[in-house]
Amino acid sequence: MTEGAFSADMMFILVVFGMTAVTYALRAGGYWVMGRVPITPRVRRGLEALPGAIIVSTILPIVLQGGLAVGLCLIVAAAAQVGLKKEYIAVFFAAAVAAGLRAAGL
Amino acid sequence: MLEKNVTLSLKGCTHGALMCVPVLPGIVALGAVFGTVAAQKGLTFVETVLMNSLVFAGASQFVAMEIYSDPLSWGTLIAMIGVTGAVNMRMLLIGASLRPWLGQVPSYQTYPALFFLTDLNWLLTLTEYDKGTRDWGVYLGSGLFVWSIWSLSVIPGYFAGSLISDPKAFGLDVVLPAFFAALLVPLWKGKRQTVSWFIAGGVAAVTWAIVGGYWSIFTGAIAGALAGAYLDD
Repeated sequence: MTEGAFSADMMFILVVFGMTAVTYALRAGGYWVMGRVPITPRVRRGLEALPGAIIVSTILPIVLQGGLAVGLCLIVAAAAQVGLKKEYIAVFFAAAVAAGLRAAGL
Repeated sequence: MLEKNVTLSLKGCTHGALMCVPVLPGIVALGAVFGTVAAQKGLTFVETVLMNSLVFAGASQFVAMEIYSDPLSWGTLIAMIGVTGAVNMRMLLIGASLRPWLGQVPSYQTYPALFFLTDLNWLLTLTEYDKGTRDWGVYLGSGLFVWSIWSLSVIPGYFAGSLISDPKAFGLDVVLPAFFAALLVPLWKGKRQTVSWFIAGGVAAVTWAIVGGYWSIFTGAIAGALAGAYLDD
């Protein structure tokens, strides 16, 4: 594009508005639906199981894609969390191990 | 089953924002990389900032930029919006799981606040809820903080893309997944979690192997939630 940094293509703005609308609908939609569903003990147990299930489903494909190095880093993070219960230390260790492994060519 | 004593305070907001500090390097690096990608693809600065701050969902922005081509056709437009929906489908579940926590807060406050919903502040909020916190400032503060950092981090990336030539060399790409792995630890309470996580992981891995992409988050999460709902102790 040659019009300069402060111009914007109308078509592109349409894309951004569409992406924003879809994402907001998803952000608010699940919350909205749950306001109209009676929260029975079964539903509540399902909702309680969601966070762990979402995290596992999010990081497992990252490990499968990233290979041994990434998997090792996440194990380090979880182990550090079990032992020290400080998220920032866990994250620091994981990043340090990743940097080390990559410097070693893994 | 709604929570009855939910409050909102500045102290809660500050606490929520501070909880995000460990992952700042990860957010800044990811935002900067998006700025660089956008510049390389030929977006103007305004276009980059608009997309980054309004959509505010990292993975979907990257995938949409994979599809982008200039000049934009209607087909590309639909594809970019569609892929955004697919990647962000998990937000339906994330939002749903906040209902018991935030359901009592007036809707004129929750619905604008849901714009700032991300995996990160959602997870921090639920972790705090588990510990007994009932101040939803934790959600709002962390959301606003992450949004501000995300919005700013794209700027250096757009203008000086080569500053961090390879975030991987510094391990910055593992910061967010490592944070999630760490936050998973206190969620484990016993057999119910073990079983539902195994089912979630299994379904996610199979989905990933067959269709790839981001559907695995959605299928795995639903399988895990169903398992959790139907496992009686």
